[in-house]
Amino acid sequence: MPLLSYLKALHRALGDELARDSAVCVFGEDIGVGVNNVTSGLLKRYGPDRVVDMPLSEQAFTSFATGAAIAGRRPVIEFQIPSLLFLVFEQIVNQAHKFSLMTGGQTGVPVTYFLPGSGSRVGWAGQHSDHPYSLFAHAGVKTVVPATPTDAYGLFVTAIRDDDPVVLFGPSGSMGVREDLDLEALAPVPLGVGRVHRPGTDVTVVAIGHLVQTALAVADRLADQVSVEVFDPRTVYPFDWPGLAASLARTGRLVVIDDSNRTCGIGGEIVATAAEEMRLVAPPKRITRPDGAVLPFAIELDRALQPSEDQLITAVLEVVKDA
Amino acid sequence: MTVAERYRTMRLIRRFEERAIELVRAGEIVGGIHPYIGQEAIAAGVCAALRVDDVVTSTHRGHGHVLAKGADPARMMAELAGRENGLNRGRGGSMHAADFSLGIYGANGIVGAGGPIATGAAWAMRQSGGDRIAVSFFGDGAVNQGVLLETLNLAALWRLPVLFVCENNGYATTLTVAAAVAGTITGRAAAFGIPASTVDGMDAEAVYEAATVAVEAARGGAGPAFLECLTYRFDAHHTWEHKAKVRYRTADELASGRARDPLDVQGARLSEVERTALDQAVEATLEHAVAFALDGPHPDPAGALDHLYRDGLRGRSGTGARMVI
Repeated sequence: MPLLSYLKALHRALGDELARDSAVCVFGEDIGVGVNNVTSGLLKRYGPDRVVDMPLSEQAFTSFATGAAIAGRRPVIEFQIPSLLFLVFEQIVNQAHKFSLMTGGQTGVPVTYFLPGSGSRVGWAGQHSDHPYSLFAHAGVKTVVPATPTDAYGLFVTAIRDDDPVVLFGPSGSMGVREDLDLEALAPVPLGVGRVHRPGTDVTVVAIGHLVQTALAVADRLADQVSVEVFDPRTVYPFDWPGLAASLARTGRLVVIDDSNRTCGIGGEIVATAAEEMRLVAPPKRITRPDGAVLPFAIELDRALQPSEDQLITAVLEVVKDA
Repeated sequence: MTVAERYRTMRLIRRFEERAIELVRAGEIVGGIHPYIGQEAIAAGVCAALRVDDVVTSTHRGHGHVLAKGADPARMMAELAGRENGLNRGRGGSMHAADFSLGIYGANGIVGAGGPIATGAAWAMRQSGGDRIAVSFFGDGAVNQGVLLETLNLAALWRLPVLFVCENNGYATTLTVAAAVAGTITGRAAAFGIPASTVDGMDAEAVYEAATVAVEAARGGAGPAFLECLTYRFDAHHTWEHKAKVRYRTADELASGRARDPLDVQGARLSEVERTALDQAVEATLEHAVAFALDGPHPDPAGALDHLYRDGLRGRSGTGARMVI
């Protein structure tokens, strides 16, 4: 079976949707040449009416997509830098997301916003290294963070077909992940349904995006001492609470690893919900970026603020110590 | 559309606003409104040049545009009163009133926000063939919003069928144009190569003629145009001013600003008999609208998050209880 990279999975999903639905169009910066490699070749295949290179006017072209969507198109916007989402927070959260409710359901805004290379790329410093998926979950915008090529394909396709705005984060730490798979078996993955990557009985590690690979590595390293279940929500909003409850029913212990800043990150919400509503036999833990993290440039400093494998090992051992 | 029809639209807007202000004072409309009184000639003149399948985006001061584009005054009033029989089922209110079946992409609570939405719609409509166009209404305050300037660039770059209508009423809330705008308003459009002109926004026929030229050019593929309409806001920025008594316009200025009433300018083109008949018809329409609004059912609080998602998705409630789809 062929090896498919995460990046190629995104490319394939976008190409398949452009082919399937003539309403789908792509907006973004440098997408004609495909600097992020997700849109490579699409301009040549679909032409400038469907693959539109945008001037550096993120706020305008984000709401331009809203207008096009209301008028019947299904735009997909590529953003080169995760921090650009701060610039267009108004256009996504305050305009596109609110239109359906504010108009009494008269219209939807089917736009997909995607970030190939979110989170730290190492060495890109303070304004290119954010990972703001928790912000969109907080606002109630559908938010997905696929961890594998199969899920990147399936969730991207679903996001594009969804009638609401959806933000898709492709973590830079996931871009190189490759999977041996049957291309014919690639299929849409529903929003709001998590995935157990590895079953276990002692502790549930909830990992998001590229940190799924970190969690799997930790589960391997600790395999002799602890049986770790790795639960990947895949969609940060809506979150698969029943899936998490089912996992905790098996393990009763919880560690979350989340590349958000600590205050108000999704990790805090997961821990709070588990504490309120689910079966826990030990106090839960979460590994996050620090409060208010701004990633500094130097590689040692950049890495010092990101959730790490060692931190996760310590937390897992702590949570199971009385078992 | 005729001179008389444009007068009727203006009278409808004027009386709608006056009745709405009464309902604000009576506590039937909560949150207040941004009255359009004094600016009626612009909405009436521009929308008279449009077809029902054209698109408009509006502003926080949006009642005039929504009515002039053809929205039902009764459902509009019910929306302001927060009733289930309102245009938006009481979910939007004054600042978000919309009717997509008439191309009304909504009033909007953020200054300048409608510009890119109208322009994206214009792009999509051109792509699908036909000759529909979009109009974005905004005030003088919006000409200092970056997103609107970005939008002018996109519209000009791709020669999109969109008309930008700036209603220059002299004030962004309380800040004068002189204190806020470097250069000129039309100069901003001209800088992008967009044909821009300034018209008398108190004269519906002047606005109609200018809009017709721009709209027909846009339909024919000539690209965007920009109209600055000089006008005066007769009433408050928002009805809270009626109580707050914010002082930024002198009594003399108000008197001279209100001296030339666009309804009288247009009304003078009709016979007394004609004008009286139209006025009476508008009164009857608004009697019905107010009754329709006040008789309308209040929304059920259980439906406060209805329509948030197209697929009926429900998040958790504020107490953590599971909500049912």
